[in-house]
Amino acid sequence: MTAETMHADYAASAKTIHPVWVRVCHWINALAILVMIGSGWQVYDASPLFGFTFPRAITIGDWLGGALLWHFAAMWILVINGLVYVTLGIVTGRFRRKLFPVGPRAVVADIKAALTFKLSHDDLSHYNAVQKVLYLGIILTGVVIVASGLSIWKPVQFQELTAFFGGYDTARYVHFAAMAAIVTFLVVHVSLALIVPKSLRAMITGK
Amino acid sequence: MARFRKTIPGVDAKALINDAGKLMPDPARRSFLRGVASLGALTMLTGCDIVNEDSAEDALRYVSRFNDRVQAFLFNPNKLAPTYTEADITRPFPFNAYYDLDEAPVVDPATYKLEISGLADNKKPWTLSELHALPEVSQITRHVCVEGWSAIGSWQGAVLSDFLKRIGADTRAQYVHFKCAEGYTETIDMPTALHPQTQMSFKFDNKILPRAYGFPMKIRIPTKLGFKQPKYVVAMEVTNVNRGGYWSNQGYNWFSGL
Repeated sequence: MTAETMHADYAASAKTIHPVWVRVCHWINALAILVMIGSGWQVYDASPLFGFTFPRAITIGDWLGGALLWHFAAMWILVINGLVYVTLGIVTGRFRRKLFPVGPRAVVADIKAALTFKLSHDDLSHYNAVQKVLYLGIILTGVVIVASGLSIWKPVQFQELTAFFGGYDTARYVHFAAMAAIVTFLVVHVSLALIVPKSLRAMITGK
Repeated sequence: MARFRKTIPGVDAKALINDAGKLMPDPARRSFLRGVASLGALTMLTGCDIVNEDSAEDALRYVSRFNDRVQAFLFNPNKLAPTYTEADITRPFPFNAYYDLDEAPVVDPATYKLEISGLADNKKPWTLSELHALPEVSQITRHVCVEGWSAIGSWQGAVLSDFLKRIGADTRAQYVHFKCAEGYTETIDMPTALHPQTQMSFKFDNKILPRAYGFPMKIRIPTKLGFKQPKYVVAMEVTNVNRGGYWSNQGYNWFSGL
């Protein structure tokens, strides 16, 4: 490899906002989480925690038995893909570079800027403080929803985990709250991706 | 009703009794998975049916069987389900079936016999008084329904593994299959049948099992979901054939361990 092509390679990779593993993991996760949410809503409807149910038109699985089949199939994709993503995020140093440091002062300043529409998206390779907090938060929520889900699925074999979440019944509320947090994140995340289309393009083409 | 709502989050007593029927797959459908495979919300999002129904059905069945094996691997025969105190018992304890309480089987205790078949040395049928004479153990454990709700109950009866030894059952067999008075069936794996908390229950809360909870005998398995625990049991078979069960034949995961 000549010095010239090495330089060209370096320039190309420097321009790449999302490496291919990030994009692949992102879209696999997107599909898995939609199936988990849609089937989870149908499961919720069998024994609602609150005074409402999810309309059948937006749930997956047709009835409780079908929804559970989808839920316990998509969970493998969600968890395996999530483990690959988090491992690569740590090993490659991407999490450290992209998500840290994040301080409270920067977050407050960027929230103000966002609310007054002054937050810049000129450089997609750099996350602002609000993005850092949201992305760290959603990764943490991912851990909570998987752990609380495990504690509901296996309250005898993993009873220590169930106890950590305050017991079986409380763990159901934790699992629901984590779902609600993810859905809220998705509303904001998808809206912003549509408002700033080049960010969506970057998650598809990498640039 | 209000009390019910308070004790079991999300459970309406009246709805509970009727719910099981609603949760059944639409009888008009040719199989339980018909329509299950259409991704509903995702179809709406993408504007097209992205999933071929038959291949999705096959894939879901395959994953569910894989999940049976994963759960059998996770099952620790020595891990006990958490136990609770008298004060924790859910009152009233819910009745749940795919039929109304007034349609529940009525078993005549005078003529009742528990039939034994399959891989057991002694296949003599058991009368109720013989069963009641078996050494009694008690447990206060959590009943978890596939629908998501849970309730804490108190059951008394004989340890199933002791009974299996008493009838000379081949405990190297893979399954124990149960038949119930109303035609309900269930098959459980042998490791679960031999679990120390798996009980042939004759009493609930120290009183003879009422009709609602499965008179004269329920198999109480605190390591499995509620539908895996047959009520009104009239026959027991030790077998190497997995005969499935009423609900798992319709799509609930067969192992359904907790």
